Amino acid sequence: MHLTEKEEAAEILRISGVKADNCMQCGKCSAACPAGAKMDILPHRFVWELMNGRVNNLAASNTLWQCLSCFTCSARCPRGVDPAKLIEAVRLSVIRKQGENRLNVDELPAEIDEMMPQQALVSALRKYNK
Amino acid sequence: MVYNYYPGCTLSTKAKQLDLYAKKAAEALGFELAELKEWQCCGAVYPLVQDEIGTRLSSVRSLAAAAAIDGKLVTLCSACHHVLKRVNSDMAENKEINAKVNAYLELDKPYQGETQVLHYLEVLRDEIGFEELAKKVVKPLTGRKIGAYYGCLLLRPAGVMQFDDPENPSILEDFIKALGAEPVVYDYRNECCGGYIALKDKSSAQNMVSKILTSAANKGVEALITACPLCSYNLQVNAAAAQPLPIFYFTELLAEALGVKEEV
Repeated sequence: MHLTEKEEAAEILRISGVKADNCMQCGKCSAACPAGAKMDILPHRFVWELMNGRVNNLAASNTLWQCLSCFTCSARCPRGVDPAKLIEAVRLSVIRKQGENRLNVDELPAEIDEMMPQQALVSALRKYNK
Repeated sequence: MVYNYYPGCTLSTKAKQLDLYAKKAAEALGFELAELKEWQCCGAVYPLVQDEIGTRLSSVRSLAAAAAIDGKLVTLCSACHHVLKRVNSDMAENKEINAKVNAYLELDKPYQGETQVLHYLEVLRDEIGFEELAKKVVKPLTGRKIGAYYGCLLLRPAGVMQFDDPENPSILEDFIKALGAEPVVYDYRNECCGGYIALKDKSSAQNMVSKILTSAANKGVEALITACPLCSYNLQVNAAAAQPLPIFYFTELLAEALGVKEEV
Protein backbone atom coordinates (compact mmCIF):
# COMPACT_ATOMS: atom_id res chain seq x y z
CA MET A 1 0.00 0.00 0.00
CA HIS A 2 1.65 3.22 -1.17
CA LEU A 3 0.81 6.81 -0.39
CA THR A 4 -0.51 8.80 -3.33
CA GLU A 5 1.61 11.78 -4.37
CA LYS A 6 -0.82 14.17 -2.65
CA GLU A 7 -0.78 12.11 0.55
CA GLU A 8 3.00 12.04 0.49
CA ALA A 9 3.06 15.84 0.13
CA ALA A 10 0.78 16.15 3.17
CA GLU A 11 3.06 13.83 5.17
CA ILE A 12 6.15 15.84 4.15
CA LEU A 13 4.48 19.07 5.19
CA ARG A 14 3.49 17.47 8.49
CA ILE A 15 6.97 16.27 9.46
CA SER A 16 8.51 19.60 8.39
CA GLY A 17 6.40 21.52 10.90
CA VAL A 18 6.40 24.44 8.43
CA LYS A 19 3.34 26.56 7.64
CA ALA A 20 4.04 26.55 3.91
CA ASP A 21 0.73 28.16 2.99
CA ASN A 22 2.06 31.45 4.38
CA CYS A 23 4.30 31.60 1.28
CA MET A 24 3.40 34.46 -1.08
CA GLN A 25 5.98 33.54 -3.75
CA CYS A 26 8.00 36.72 -3.32
CA GLY A 27 11.21 34.88 -4.20
CA LYS A 28 13.42 36.42 -1.53
CA CYS A 29 14.58 32.95 -0.52
CA SER A 30 15.75 32.16 -4.05
CA ALA A 31 17.44 35.54 -4.44
CA ALA A 32 19.39 34.93 -1.23
CA CYS A 33 20.30 31.27 -1.80
CA PRO A 34 24.09 30.83 -2.22
CA ALA A 35 23.56 27.41 -3.83
CA GLY A 36 20.76 28.56 -6.15
CA ALA A 37 22.93 28.75 -9.26
CA LYS A 38 23.13 24.96 -9.40
CA MET A 39 19.54 24.18 -8.41
CA ASP A 40 17.03 23.05 -11.03
CA ILE A 41 14.14 24.06 -8.77
CA LEU A 42 14.77 27.25 -6.80
CA PRO A 43 13.56 27.49 -3.17
CA HIS A 44 10.42 29.60 -3.81
CA ARG A 45 9.38 27.27 -6.63
CA PHE A 46 10.14 24.27 -4.41
CA VAL A 47 7.66 25.58 -1.83
CA TRP A 48 5.03 26.15 -4.54
CA GLU A 49 5.41 22.66 -6.03
CA LEU A 50 5.16 21.05 -2.60
CA MET A 51 2.01 23.04 -1.80
CA ASN A 52 0.59 21.72 -5.06
CA GLY A 53 1.45 18.13 -4.23
CA ARG A 54 4.14 17.63 -6.89
CA VAL A 55 6.42 15.50 -4.76
CA ASN A 56 7.73 13.26 -7.56
CA ASN A 57 9.13 16.27 -9.36
CA LEU A 58 10.83 17.50 -6.19
CA ALA A 59 12.18 14.06 -5.28
CA ALA A 60 13.96 13.93 -8.64
CA SER A 61 15.40 17.46 -8.38
CA ASN A 62 19.06 18.22 -7.71
CA THR A 63 17.91 20.95 -5.32
CA LEU A 64 17.79 18.24 -2.64
CA TRP A 65 21.53 17.61 -2.93
CA GLN A 66 22.66 21.20 -3.57
CA CYS A 67 20.87 22.74 -0.56
CA LEU A 68 23.40 22.95 2.30
CA SER A 69 21.04 24.04 5.08
CA CYS A 70 22.74 27.42 5.57
CA PHE A 71 19.32 28.84 6.55
CA THR A 72 19.70 32.07 4.59
CA CYS A 73 16.30 31.42 2.97
CA SER A 74 14.72 30.85 6.38
CA ALA A 75 16.30 34.02 7.77
CA ARG A 76 15.18 36.23 4.87
CA CYS A 77 11.60 34.96 4.49
CA PRO A 78 9.23 37.79 5.42
CA ARG A 79 6.40 35.33 6.19
CA GLY A 80 8.13 32.87 8.51
CA VAL A 81 8.18 30.03 5.98
CA ASP A 82 11.27 27.85 6.31
CA PRO A 83 12.24 26.51 2.87
CA ALA A 84 15.34 24.71 4.28
CA LYS A 85 13.07 22.54 6.43
CA LEU A 86 10.81 21.74 3.48
CA ILE A 87 13.79 20.71 1.34
CA GLU A 88 15.08 18.58 4.21
CA ALA A 89 11.70 16.87 4.60
CA VAL A 90 11.62 15.92 0.90
CA ARG A 91 15.29 14.85 1.03
CA LEU A 92 14.47 12.54 3.94
CA SER A 93 11.40 11.16 2.17
CA VAL A 94 13.83 10.06 -0.56
CA ILE A 95 16.77 8.67 1.43
CA ARG A 96 14.54 6.89 3.95
CA LYS A 97 13.63 4.51 1.13
CA GLN A 98 15.85 1.49 0.61
CA GLY A 99 18.68 1.86 -1.90
CA GLU A 100 18.43 5.66 -2.13
CA ASN A 101 21.64 6.63 -0.30
CA ARG A 102 23.58 9.26 -2.21
CA LEU A 103 27.10 8.67 -0.84
CA ASN A 104 28.83 5.39 -1.62
CA VAL A 105 30.65 4.60 1.62
CA ASP A 106 33.16 2.35 -0.16
CA GLU A 107 34.24 5.23 -2.38
CA LEU A 108 34.49 7.75 0.46
CA PRO A 109 38.10 7.06 1.55
CA ALA A 110 39.34 8.29 -1.84
CA GLU A 111 37.63 11.66 -1.22
CA ILE A 112 39.23 12.22 2.17
CA ASP A 113 42.40 14.31 2.37
CA GLU A 114 44.74 14.88 5.29
CA MET A 115 43.02 18.08 6.45
CA MET A 116 39.37 17.07 6.12
CA PRO A 117 37.60 17.38 9.48
CA GLN A 118 35.41 14.59 10.86
CA GLN A 119 32.62 17.14 10.88
CA ALA A 120 32.54 17.01 7.06
CA LEU A 121 32.04 13.23 7.01
CA VAL A 122 29.46 13.16 9.77
CA SER A 123 27.47 15.99 8.15
CA ALA A 124 27.57 14.49 4.67
CA LEU A 125 26.53 11.04 5.87
CA ARG A 126 23.62 12.57 7.80
CA LYS A 127 22.48 14.59 4.77
CA TYR A 128 23.01 12.12 1.93
CA ASN A 129 22.47 8.71 3.57
CA LYS A 130 20.18 6.91 6.02
CA MET B 1 34.91 29.49 37.26
CA VAL B 2 34.69 26.01 35.80
CA TYR B 3 32.46 25.44 32.76
CA ASN B 4 31.20 22.10 31.46
CA TYR B 5 32.68 21.77 28.01
CA TYR B 6 31.45 19.86 24.96
CA PRO B 7 34.39 19.48 22.50
CA GLY B 8 32.70 17.42 19.75
CA CYS B 9 34.21 14.95 17.30
CA THR B 10 36.64 17.21 15.45
CA LEU B 11 38.35 19.15 18.24
CA SER B 12 40.47 16.27 19.52
CA THR B 13 41.70 15.42 16.05
CA LYS B 14 41.67 17.69 12.97
CA ALA B 15 40.85 20.91 14.84
CA LYS B 16 43.14 20.48 17.84
CA GLN B 17 44.29 24.10 17.66
CA LEU B 18 40.75 25.41 18.16
CA ASP B 19 40.56 23.39 21.40
CA LEU B 20 44.12 23.77 22.77
CA TYR B 21 44.34 27.55 22.31
CA ALA B 22 40.87 27.95 23.86
CA LYS B 23 41.94 26.06 26.97
CA LYS B 24 45.22 28.01 27.29
CA ALA B 25 43.44 31.32 26.83
CA ALA B 26 40.80 30.32 29.38
CA GLU B 27 43.54 29.70 31.93
CA ALA B 28 44.94 33.17 31.29
CA LEU B 29 41.45 34.65 31.67
CA GLY B 30 40.73 32.80 34.90
CA PHE B 31 38.28 30.12 33.85
CA GLU B 32 38.49 26.44 33.04
CA LEU B 33 36.87 24.14 30.48
CA ALA B 34 36.05 20.78 32.07
CA GLU B 35 35.24 18.18 29.42
CA LEU B 36 31.85 16.60 29.97
CA LYS B 37 32.18 12.88 30.77
CA GLU B 38 30.93 10.42 28.15
CA TRP B 39 29.73 13.05 25.68
CA GLN B 40 28.60 11.68 22.33
CA CYS B 41 28.85 13.13 18.83
CA CYS B 42 26.07 15.67 18.19
CA GLY B 43 25.63 14.48 14.59
CA ALA B 44 27.11 17.70 13.13
CA VAL B 45 23.84 18.75 11.44
CA TYR B 46 20.61 19.62 13.24
CA PRO B 47 17.72 17.26 12.41
CA LEU B 48 15.39 19.70 10.67
CA VAL B 49 12.20 17.66 10.72
CA GLN B 50 9.92 16.88 13.65
CA ASP B 51 9.89 13.09 13.43
CA GLU B 52 13.68 12.63 13.69
CA ILE B 53 13.99 11.50 17.31
CA GLY B 54 17.01 9.15 17.28
CA THR B 55 19.27 11.84 15.81
CA ARG B 56 18.41 14.18 18.70
CA LEU B 57 19.20 11.75 21.52
CA SER B 58 22.97 12.18 21.78
CA SER B 59 22.60 15.96 22.17
CA VAL B 60 20.00 15.53 24.90
CA ARG B 61 22.27 13.13 26.80
CA SER B 62 24.97 15.83 26.95
CA LEU B 63 22.50 18.60 27.76
CA ALA B 64 20.98 16.55 30.59
CA ALA B 65 24.44 15.69 31.94
CA ALA B 66 25.29 19.40 32.07
CA ALA B 67 21.94 20.16 33.73
CA ALA B 68 22.81 17.70 36.49
CA ILE B 69 26.09 19.55 37.22
CA ASP B 70 25.41 23.29 37.07
CA GLY B 71 23.18 23.94 34.07
CA LYS B 72 25.73 25.47 31.71
CA LEU B 73 27.41 23.89 28.71
CA VAL B 74 30.15 25.57 26.67
CA THR B 75 30.86 24.76 23.03
CA LEU B 76 33.55 25.86 20.58
CA CYS B 77 32.70 24.24 17.25
CA SER B 78 30.00 26.17 15.37
CA ALA B 79 28.28 22.95 14.30
CA CYS B 80 28.11 21.46 17.80
CA HIS B 81 26.87 24.77 19.11
CA HIS B 82 24.16 24.94 16.46
CA VAL B 83 22.94 21.38 17.01
CA LEU B 84 22.98 21.48 20.83
CA LYS B 85 21.29 24.85 20.98
CA ARG B 86 18.49 23.90 18.58
CA VAL B 87 17.85 20.49 20.13
CA ASN B 88 17.78 22.21 23.51
CA SER B 89 15.15 24.59 22.19
CA ASP B 90 13.11 21.63 20.88
CA MET B 91 13.16 20.08 24.35
CA ALA B 92 11.91 23.33 25.88
CA GLU B 93 9.36 24.28 23.20
CA ASN B 94 8.19 21.17 21.34
CA LYS B 95 5.96 18.92 23.46
CA GLU B 96 5.93 16.04 21.01
CA ILE B 97 9.71 15.87 20.65
CA ASN B 98 10.17 16.33 24.39
CA ALA B 99 7.76 13.49 25.21
CA LYS B 100 9.28 11.05 22.73
CA VAL B 101 12.90 11.79 23.69
CA ASN B 102 12.21 11.52 27.41
CA ALA B 103 10.21 8.31 26.93
CA TYR B 104 13.17 6.80 25.12
CA LEU B 105 16.00 8.01 27.34
CA GLU B 106 14.43 7.28 30.75
CA LEU B 107 16.76 9.76 32.50
CA ASP B 108 16.71 10.02 36.30
CA LYS B 109 14.88 13.29 35.84
CA PRO B 110 13.05 14.16 32.58
CA TYR B 111 14.97 16.79 30.61
CA GLN B 112 13.03 19.97 29.80
CA GLY B 113 15.62 22.09 27.99
CA GLU B 114 16.88 23.85 31.11
CA THR B 115 20.61 23.88 30.24
CA GLN B 116 22.11 27.14 29.01
CA VAL B 117 24.22 26.42 25.91
CA LEU B 118 26.99 29.00 25.60
CA HIS B 119 29.46 29.41 22.80
CA TYR B 120 32.99 30.27 23.97
CA LEU B 121 32.58 33.65 22.25
CA GLU B 122 29.45 34.27 24.34
CA VAL B 123 31.45 33.47 27.48
CA LEU B 124 33.96 36.13 26.40
CA ARG B 125 31.27 38.69 25.55
CA ASP B 126 28.60 38.03 28.19
CA GLU B 127 30.36 36.48 31.17
CA ILE B 128 33.83 38.06 31.05
CA GLY B 129 33.18 41.09 28.85
CA PHE B 130 35.28 42.33 25.95
CA GLU B 131 36.47 45.31 28.04
CA GLU B 132 37.87 42.95 30.66
CA LEU B 133 39.39 40.81 27.91
CA ALA B 134 41.11 43.88 26.43
CA LYS B 135 42.68 44.63 29.83
CA LYS B 136 44.27 41.16 29.89
CA VAL B 137 45.83 41.47 26.44
CA VAL B 138 49.62 41.59 26.79
CA LYS B 139 50.59 41.36 23.12
CA PRO B 140 48.05 43.48 21.24
CA LEU B 141 47.71 42.57 17.56
CA THR B 142 48.21 46.19 16.57
CA GLY B 143 47.94 47.03 12.89
CA ARG B 144 46.67 43.63 11.77
CA LYS B 145 43.61 43.73 9.51
CA ILE B 146 41.45 40.76 10.47
CA GLY B 147 38.20 39.72 8.82
CA ALA B 148 35.58 37.80 10.80
CA TYR B 149 34.11 34.84 8.96
CA TYR B 150 30.85 33.93 10.69
CA GLY B 151 29.46 31.39 8.25
CA CYS B 152 25.94 30.07 8.81
CA LEU B 153 25.68 28.03 11.94
CA LEU B 154 26.36 30.53 14.71
CA LEU B 155 23.86 33.09 13.46
CA ARG B 156 20.85 31.38 11.92
CA PRO B 157 18.05 30.95 12.77
CA ALA B 158 18.41 34.04 14.94
CA GLY B 159 15.28 33.34 17.01
CA VAL B 160 16.74 30.12 18.38
CA MET B 161 20.47 30.85 18.25
CA GLN B 162 20.14 34.30 19.91
CA PHE B 163 23.82 34.80 19.18
CA ASP B 164 23.88 38.12 17.33
CA ASP B 165 22.14 40.09 14.58
CA PRO B 166 21.97 37.49 11.76
CA GLU B 167 22.46 40.07 8.98
CA ASN B 168 24.84 42.50 10.63
CA PRO B 169 26.67 40.70 13.44
CA SER B 170 29.37 42.37 15.54
CA ILE B 171 30.55 39.88 18.17
CA LEU B 172 33.64 38.76 16.22
CA GLU B 173 34.53 42.34 15.21
CA ASP B 174 34.27 43.39 18.87
CA PHE B 175 36.46 40.41 19.76
CA ILE B 176 39.05 41.45 17.16
CA LYS B 177 39.02 45.00 18.56
CA ALA B 178 39.54 43.69 22.09
CA LEU B 179 42.71 41.95 20.89
CA GLY B 180 44.03 45.25 19.55
CA ALA B 181 43.66 44.37 15.86
CA GLU B 182 41.59 46.15 13.25
CA PRO B 183 38.34 44.37 12.25
CA VAL B 184 37.49 44.60 8.56
CA VAL B 185 33.84 44.21 7.57
CA TYR B 186 33.28 42.60 4.14
CA ASP B 187 30.16 41.50 2.27
CA TYR B 188 30.40 37.72 2.42
CA ARG B 189 31.22 37.26 6.12
CA ASN B 190 27.98 35.40 6.88
CA GLU B 191 27.58 33.50 3.60
CA CYS B 192 27.87 29.71 3.32
CA CYS B 193 31.34 28.18 2.68
CA GLY B 194 29.87 25.09 1.02
CA GLY B 195 30.07 22.90 4.11
CA TYR B 196 29.97 19.17 3.43
CA ILE B 197 29.31 19.61 -0.30
CA ALA B 198 33.09 19.35 -0.70
CA LEU B 199 32.48 15.58 -0.59
CA LYS B 200 29.89 15.55 -3.35
CA ASP B 201 30.52 18.54 -5.61
CA LYS B 202 33.90 20.17 -5.02
CA SER B 203 33.33 22.86 -7.65
CA SER B 204 30.35 24.21 -5.69
CA ALA B 205 32.52 24.62 -2.60
CA GLN B 206 35.27 26.26 -4.67
CA ASN B 207 32.76 28.68 -6.12
CA MET B 208 31.39 29.73 -2.74
CA VAL B 209 34.85 30.02 -1.17
CA SER B 210 36.07 32.13 -4.07
CA LYS B 211 33.28 34.69 -3.49
CA ILE B 212 34.10 34.89 0.22
CA LEU B 213 37.86 35.29 -0.29
CA THR B 214 37.49 37.81 -3.11
CA SER B 215 35.09 39.89 -1.05
CA ALA B 216 37.49 39.82 1.94
CA ALA B 217 40.60 40.56 -0.11
CA ASN B 218 38.89 43.50 -1.85
CA LYS B 219 38.38 45.14 1.55
CA GLY B 220 42.02 44.67 2.53
CA VAL B 221 41.58 41.70 4.88
CA GLU B 222 44.97 40.12 5.71
CA ALA B 223 43.67 37.07 7.59
CA LEU B 224 40.31 35.51 8.42
CA ILE B 225 39.16 34.02 11.71
CA THR B 226 36.49 31.37 12.17
CA ALA B 227 35.01 29.14 14.87
CA CYS B 228 34.13 26.27 12.53
CA PRO B 229 36.48 23.41 11.50
CA LEU B 230 34.59 22.79 8.27
CA CYS B 231 34.65 26.48 7.29
CA SER B 232 38.37 26.53 8.06
CA TYR B 233 38.87 23.47 5.86
CA ASN B 234 36.90 24.86 2.92
CA LEU B 235 38.50 28.30 3.12
CA GLN B 236 41.94 26.67 2.88
CA VAL B 237 41.54 23.54 0.76
CA ASN B 238 38.93 24.85 -1.67
CA ALA B 239 40.58 28.24 -2.20
CA ALA B 240 42.01 28.95 -5.63
CA ALA B 241 45.82 29.06 -5.78
CA ALA B 242 45.65 32.75 -6.71
CA GLN B 243 43.69 33.90 -3.69
CA PRO B 244 44.72 32.17 -0.47
CA LEU B 245 44.33 34.08 2.79
CA PRO B 246 45.70 32.88 6.13
CA ILE B 247 42.82 31.27 8.08
CA PHE B 248 42.99 31.09 11.87
CA TYR B 249 40.71 29.76 14.56
CA PHE B 250 39.67 32.74 16.67
CA THR B 251 41.22 31.04 19.70
CA GLU B 252 44.67 31.08 18.14
CA LEU B 253 44.66 34.89 17.89
CA LEU B 254 43.20 35.06 21.40
CA ALA B 255 46.04 32.95 22.82
CA GLU B 256 48.57 35.04 20.91
CA ALA B 257 47.21 38.33 22.28
CA LEU B 258 47.10 36.91 25.80
CA GLY B 259 50.74 35.87 25.46
CA VAL B 260 50.14 32.14 25.91
CA LYS B 261 50.34 30.91 22.32
CA GLU B 262 53.85 29.53 22.68
CA GLU B 263 52.81 27.34 25.61
CA VAL B 264 50.61 25.18 23.37
